[in-house]
Amino acid sequence: MSRSSRRYFARSFVLQLVALAAVIALVIWLATNAVHNLASRGIATGFDFLDRAARFPISESLLPYTPSDSFAWALAVGLGNTILLSMLVAILSTAFGVLLAQARRSHNPLASGLTAIFVESVRNTPLIVQLLFFYSALIFSLPGPHAALNPAPGVFLTNRGLYLPWPMFDHGRWLLSSPITGHFNFEGGLVLSPEFVAIVVGLTLYSTSYAAEIIRSGIEAVPLGQWEAARALGLPERRLFRLVIMPQALRVIVPPMTSQYINIVKNSTLALVVGYPDISFVTATTINQTGQAIEGVAILVLIFLVINFAASAVLNAFNRRLASRVR
Amino acid sequence: MARLFLASTAILALLGGCSQAPAPAARFGGTLEAVRMRGYVRCGASGNTVGFSTPDDKGYWGGLDVDTCRAIAAAVLGDKDKVRFVPLNGQQRLTALQTGEIDVLPRATTWTLARDANGINFTVPNFFDYTGFMVRKASGAVRAQDLKGASVCIQTGSVTEVTFANVSRRYALNLHPVVFDTTQASRQAFFSGRCDALITDASALASVKVTMTTNPDDYRIFPADDVITALTPAVRHGDDRWFDIVKASIDAMLMGEQLGLTRQNIDEQRSSGNPDIRSFVGKEPGVGAALGLHEDWAYQIIRQVGNYGELYEGNVGSASKLKIPRGLNRLQRDGGIMVPIPFN
Amino acid sequence: MIAATGPVEAFVQSAPLPPRPAPAAPRMAWHEGLFAGLASSAATVTIALLLAMAAPHLLSWAVVNGIWHGGPAACRAGEGACWAFLTAKGPQILFGIYPPGERWRAIAVVVALTALALWTLPPAHWTRRTLIAWIVGILLSLLVMGGAWLGLEPVPTSAWGGLPITLLLTVLSLAIGFPAAIMLALCRRSPAPILRWMSIGFIEIVRGLPLLSMLFIAAVLLPIMLPEGFTIDNFTRALAALCCYSAAYLAEVLRGGLQAIPPGQAEAAAALGLQRWQTLRFIVLPQAIGKVLPALTNTVVVIIKNTGLVLVVGLFDLLSSARAALTDPDWPAPFAETFAFVALIYFAICFGISRYSLFLETRMNMGHRR
Repeated sequence: MSRSSRRYFARSFVLQLVALAAVIALVIWLATNAVHNLASRGIATGFDFLDRAARFPISESLLPYTPSDSFAWALAVGLGNTILLSMLVAILSTAFGVLLAQARRSHNPLASGLTAIFVESVRNTPLIVQLLFFYSALIFSLPGPHAALNPAPGVFLTNRGLYLPWPMFDHGRWLLSSPITGHFNFEGGLVLSPEFVAIVVGLTLYSTSYAAEIIRSGIEAVPLGQWEAARALGLPERRLFRLVIMPQALRVIVPPMTSQYINIVKNSTLALVVGYPDISFVTATTINQTGQAIEGVAILVLIFLVINFAASAVLNAFNRRLASRVR
Repeated sequence: MARLFLASTAILALLGGCSQAPAPAARFGGTLEAVRMRGYVRCGASGNTVGFSTPDDKGYWGGLDVDTCRAIAAAVLGDKDKVRFVPLNGQQRLTALQTGEIDVLPRATTWTLARDANGINFTVPNFFDYTGFMVRKASGAVRAQDLKGASVCIQTGSVTEVTFANVSRRYALNLHPVVFDTTQASRQAFFSGRCDALITDASALASVKVTMTTNPDDYRIFPADDVITALTPAVRHGDDRWFDIVKASIDAMLMGEQLGLTRQNIDEQRSSGNPDIRSFVGKEPGVGAALGLHEDWAYQIIRQVGNYGELYEGNVGSASKLKIPRGLNRLQRDGGIMVPIPFN
Repeated sequence: MIAATGPVEAFVQSAPLPPRPAPAAPRMAWHEGLFAGLASSAATVTIALLLAMAAPHLLSWAVVNGIWHGGPAACRAGEGACWAFLTAKGPQILFGIYPPGERWRAIAVVVALTALALWTLPPAHWTRRTLIAWIVGILLSLLVMGGAWLGLEPVPTSAWGGLPITLLLTVLSLAIGFPAAIMLALCRRSPAPILRWMSIGFIEIVRGLPLLSMLFIAAVLLPIMLPEGFTIDNFTRALAALCCYSAAYLAEVLRGGLQAIPPGQAEAAAALGLQRWQTLRFIVLPQAIGKVLPALTNTVVVIIKNTGLVLVVGLFDLLSSARAALTDPDWPAPFAETFAFVALIYFAICFGISRYSLFLETRMNMGHRR
């Protein structure tokens, strides 16, 4: 090793030690403060609270829940809601994104102009404003249960939600549960609450605008020569798109789409604002009820890091499979 | 690169050091000294409940909880306006008290043993309340049992969530909860028709009925269950002297009403011969020195803020928009459950 | 082996072939595109029908029947958009619960920050003087809003609200986040393993968490982790979360830019005798930032939009004040007008920044053309 690179190595070694020591000192300082503060306030520590009964209500959930279930189950229910929401929005926004990308690329000025206006307006306003707008629109404009809109038999639209007939498994057989009028609300059937509809619609529109741009740039990244060659071979437009263009476009689309899907999961935490109980809302309620902020925050951070890691791993594997197909 | 790193670390350290104006450390047990050094009392407030704690158009805070805090300031610093109010929502209020961001939390907080054990000391209830439902009269419900299958708007971060679950189970009502993260959102959802009922403290419901609707007579409030909740100002663990001072301030207002002392007559009553009044106003050495306050601390409270009856009627009672009947909040000798603790 | 059958010159070109005209890209005039095929025509017809049904309603609601003056009664009686609500509640939405008597201070801060931003737009103004003006402007804005040393009536940060908070959070999180991002990006690429791993850890954790959760964590954990009596107000907690977020995202963008610089640049600078920080300041960073300008402005737009989230930790920014104004029972809850107003303000700022970035890009490309 030369003298100057040895000097550089020594200097950078000292620098790294100093940096590491500073960070460790900071962490120790924060931790001792936390321990002291928690002890002086008599707040319990540890994860024992997970077995206690939660005793708070959750508005709606995919998994069955009652307030006498444990905190651990309440958190699982919240996580289930987040996963349901994220997957639904991911599928819808991808589908609409493909449609919008094609509209934006088309020669029809109305279609491409409207799509451009849509994408620009949605991307330049905060998602939270859009969500609040949709939620207010739903609860203020729709009628109450006694004046419900009835567009089809068994289907009712009110400001409490959209009620649909739904097959249910009851006493060993399948039957169709139809919503019937109760004194206050409809009972039975499947209900899509305005909170759920607001977050799904708002988040889908927002994600579609990003997805449309990603897909469009992927398609446009395919060289013009590919299109011309495929046409010269006599392939019809649909088939050439499916067999020649999309596989090449996917290579450009998948990495940004990966981060877009992860963004969908992260943006789903805004469900808190419209009152849909996702994992962050349930965790916040848990922290309120138990007072144990550090454990609650640790659970939340862990869940998101796991989701992030899992989604990245799955989509990177998909990416590698795509890339490996290149000759 | 190294120089850049070291320089920026130095700057950050400097900034970090200067950024926090050296707060007079409300050390373990030093709240009274800290308040005196600071020159004002820091109180938690809700900011959106008329009658309890809300600023008016000019930004001057008023309400039952606000006046309780002003009484503490009058006792400790001699001036009821030496207070600062920090708006806190349901989730933040307890943490703000525990960390020392505020000195006292008079904001309508229900006394529960769980909270009491977790770093907070509850002083003396300043309002006995119950959890209630507010419904539209047109729905025809007059008691909790009539709400079968109803949607109920709830805000998170309070004991109300637990009460809701208990009520729904107890009467087998199968209520549909709609939970929001802020009081504002839950109230707005109720008034838009999203829910059939709103559940929270009855006093807050009374305030909402009057201030957030154009036609208060279209709404009805009734109890959710038969549990009385004690809304009690709280201080944090570890400071016995401050705990005693806050308790004494609230008790002074009750005792003032018991002794018949009001803002109007306190000055002439000061020269009365009644030994109870004399020890109250500090003419005879009383508890002031033991608390660490001036001997006329109770006199200052009555003169600047008033006794409990005046506080109640002016903010939430007959002289206010809310017109909540005093009910249980009367003195025990008048049929309520407010008991003034004797000074000696 | 093919035997040459004639003079070789016959096979040699005497003059270069004339250049062929470039193949014309298929561009249709707009009127041809409307009915180019079956799908296109169907789309045109459908869209035209939808527009014909929706546009008159929207116009009549918003413009023709819009109620521009009057009070709540006028809004209830009419059937158009209640713009009178915005005129009546405008100050409350724009400035929140700031004491009405001191509102001139909030207005001054908004005007000052906007003026500084507009002044910084032309690249000719990117000088050290502008930087100093920004630093002084930000510090003065904080002092004027809070009223600490200037002899003004002190206003605690819990009473700040509306547009000033949105602008202050944006400017502060960018001002603190950008230098932190440069440091993080450099550490990320540094050969020193500890620095590299620490910065990777920070960036990955912050990018993996939603901003809402970070705001929540800052609001809940910071009070516990600071010693007794050392309090930190709500505004600073939200700002801390936003700064960490900005730093991590901007660092990733800058890393891409730094990677795109050929190593020859740094070597040439070293050969000229420039020290490491001089290389950074004059050679590497300007090129890196120039290369990733579109991504940078995208991230800046995201950061601006994210300031709207602070309403969940109890800060009264523009959106939160608008929501609070909607709860007034006298008015018939004109949520569409109010949210449209807030959205318009954000749109103006964000769209302006994207257009500005396009302008910058074209300018930089023109600079590179030979």
